[in-house]
Amino acid sequence: MSPEDPWIGRPQARVDGPVKVTGTAMYTGDVALPHLAHAVLLQSTVAKGRILGTDVAAAERAPGVLAVCASDGSLGIGPVASYYSADNGPMGDGRTPLSDAVIHHHGQHVAMVVAESREQACAGAELIRVRYREQAPLARIEDAIPQTPPGREDVVRGDLTTGLAVADATVEAYYETPPQHMNPMEPCATTARWTGNRLTVHDSTQHVFGVRAALAEAFGLRPEDVRVLSGFVGGGFGSKGTVWPHVLLAAAAARLVGRPVRLALTRPQMFTSCGVRPPTRQRVVLGARRDGRLTAIAHDGTTATSFGENVVENTGGTTAMLYACPNVTIRQRIVRLDMQAPTFQRAPGRAPGSFALESALDELAHELGVDPLELRLRNHADTDPSSGRPWSSKHLRECYRLGAERFGWDPDDRTPGTRRDGDVLIGSGMASATHEMDPGPAAAYAELRVDGTAVVGVASHEIGTGTYTVFAQIAADVLGVGPDRVFVRLGDTELPEAPPSIGSQTVAYVGPAIRRACEAVRDDLLAGALADPESPLYGREIGTIEFGGDTFVGELSRIGSPSISAIGHAHPDAGSPYAVHSFGAQFAEVAVDARTGTVRVRRMVGAFDIGRVINPRTARGQLVGGMTFGLAQALMEATTIDPRRGHVVEPHLAGYHLPTNADVGALDVLFVDVPDPHIGDVGARGAGEIGVVGAAAAIANAVFHATGVRVRTLPITPDRVVTAGSGLGWGDFGG
Amino acid sequence: MSIEPAADEVELRVNGDPRRIRVDPRVTLLDALRDEFGLTGPKKGCDLGQCGSCTVLLDGRRITSCLTFAVMHDGREVTTIEGLGGDPEGELHPVQRAFVDHDAFQCGFCTPGQIMAAVALLDEGHAGDDDEIREWMSGNLCRCAAYPNIVTAIAAAAGR
Ligand code: FES
Ligand code: FES
Repeated sequence: MSPEDPWIGRPQARVDGPVKVTGTAMYTGDVALPHLAHAVLLQSTVAKGRILGTDVAAAERAPGVLAVCASDGSLGIGPVASYYSADNGPMGDGRTPLSDAVIHHHGQHVAMVVAESREQACAGAELIRVRYREQAPLARIEDAIPQTPPGREDVVRGDLTTGLAVADATVEAYYETPPQHMNPMEPCATTARWTGNRLTVHDSTQHVFGVRAALAEAFGLRPEDVRVLSGFVGGGFGSKGTVWPHVLLAAAAARLVGRPVRLALTRPQMFTSCGVRPPTRQRVVLGARRDGRLTAIAHDGTTATSFGENVVENTGGTTAMLYACPNVTIRQRIVRLDMQAPTFQRAPGRAPGSFALESALDELAHELGVDPLELRLRNHADTDPSSGRPWSSKHLRECYRLGAERFGWDPDDRTPGTRRDGDVLIGSGMASATHEMDPGPAAAYAELRVDGTAVVGVASHEIGTGTYTVFAQIAADVLGVGPDRVFVRLGDTELPEAPPSIGSQTVAYVGPAIRRACEAVRDDLLAGALADPESPLYGREIGTIEFGGDTFVGELSRIGSPSISAIGHAHPDAGSPYAVHSFGAQFAEVAVDARTGTVRVRRMVGAFDIGRVINPRTARGQLVGGMTFGLAQALMEATTIDPRRGHVVEPHLAGYHLPTNADVGALDVLFVDVPDPHIGDVGARGAGEIGVVGAAAAIANAVFHATGVRVRTLPITPDRVVTAGSGLGWGDFGG
Repeated sequence: MSIEPAADEVELRVNGDPRRIRVDPRVTLLDALRDEFGLTGPKKGCDLGQCGSCTVLLDGRRITSCLTFAVMHDGREVTTIEGLGGDPEGELHPVQRAFVDHDAFQCGFCTPGQIMAAVALLDEGHAGDDDEIREWMSGNLCRCAAYPNIVTAIAAAAGR
């Protein structure tokens, strides 16, 4: 392959497609080991209190049961304080599991049963009797007192009061988003096996090195004595980015019974064991001149966290940088509830934050009588308002233009409640999208073999994002072999270390490490050849050498070497003078049933600037997935917490609604596709999360356009549409 | 007091292969396939009949195999994703091929269930148009949301 016709940029079919469609791709729960025992967890039925006693006698006598552990610290799991307190560290549950009698949240693990079979372990768990002293939990944001998160300062630019004083129009509105669960289709699972003092763990994780660090700390092992493998991961969305208690428990169980143990969380347990996006309450105030130019923005976000963790759902992050405005105040507050540890979920902070900000902009546009798209253009930020730095690359205007054109956005058709199609009211809405990149260093391994194949390896992960395929494309271009001849190895702590597969950073920051490793292989081989009078390449100018597979492989065979390998490192510039963000524009058309208030999304168009698109096929999948995630947040997803007892009311997929195929209309994704010159040598930015950002607002804004009803609480369920519309003569829409 | 139920013997024809197994009556068909037969293509996404990732064909009809016990199906014919005859190194079943060609998956966890549902759907004659496909595929959740491509893949496999 010549540099003029690279593999990068092609819609290459997934190299792991055939194993995925034949059911031969191995996920953690598929790993079968000889003498495998099964662990199941029993969880607290109260949200706050103490365990008074745990009667395990009947469970211990139950057929097939190998061990029963109560929450008494007898498992000997050490604290994992340094893993959890690391800088920018994991947001998870830092308490040692099954260590004491204190109950911090509903669904906390209170006992574990290990048995020959899963059925026997479940039957054993049912025989355990736990007595609690239950206390009334703090379960609602409204009942708790907001506090400033430790170490966090308000963002203040200019002067809000002045900005509001000079405004011709102002908008002030309150928005709410509920707790949301990641619910990857693969529930978390861990299989652990000890060989003497060495521990091997198969884990459905987005971060094998994080799991290794936590296990080493918990069991007093050297990190090199712990191997963590992740195989294929059946989606994560944040729920597998941190080490959760069950991972430590699986390893402890295996040590206790002296056999390999599999511990798979059940779907209901997924609602209390591996994080949640916390609920938010937000207030947005906007001030603007008659022409739409913003003079003031205030964005206050109050989000829930547990008593043990300081997790902040950063609702104002987008607000700080998205629009040019001289007077900005952003405040984040937390309230502590008796709840599970929250964590980052796909597009943390930006998903709920952009719902509020982009809804408020729509309210302002309506107030001013300005087209919402035009309003955004008038406030376009040419440099990063939060830091003053130039953008590494920004083509947001192009996103607006492309998206509006494909969608058929009509600036003159902005009067709400005017388009009707039989029993439904039709409306359109839009919103901006952005996602910040968080650089992390990575290393990778590359090897070229004389048989014309290549191997690249890095402890990154395949969570559905197309990592295998994209890395094969990057390697193929450098090494001159087809992507189908590049074997990519991922998800193993024996491979060079990479950051967790979160934050849309894998392609952007691990991709360059793959490229460096391949370049090192190529350069080593070339250096030898150019200096060797026997080589056909002897004395040639590097620029004149055709980078084909034969060149390199021929050279390998000539020198009689079976293979050549190298390690490559990529260190994104921490002190970069640039602000690095992906951008996008979201458009949605909805149909709202005039009698019931039911909202259907007929179609969405998203236009995105994610730098260079390495693989339009897999990138499109990420964005369609993200937009659907946003659609779900707009219309259906919410975890109901019992206000009195702090329970998750519907811990299963019949109650917690994910979109089905019939819920998703036509989704169109467009790319600007211009390489970012300031992000590694690959020029790609993140695609995994930005599709979520702005999607819920675009839908909410479309609902307003359809009906004149503004719903400021997610999800936009029919009852909310009807209730919010009652004062507006909603009944008049019916007919 | 717990009473261990006696293991029962059943004969299942799994992917054309008749086999007698002794199985705990509490074992679901899904767990029997995965643990007794070593067929890990069918996945456990919920174990509650809510997600479809465990979809297999029972006497040619699609079912959620987590929602039924193995012992209830003596003498019945079960087809899993492994039984479609697709070879990851070679020839794929037409529906599998269409899923690869149209990128109808991301993480792949729901995919064996989606494909088995699609095979049944085609057999049922429910691929008339895209909306019909969407409706009849709505028992299979995909959190990665490869839905539009799943519809395209099935339409292509139906020869549309
Ligand atoms: S595992 Fe059977 S329907 Fe979800
Ligand atoms: S491909 Fe990931 S759940 Fe469907």
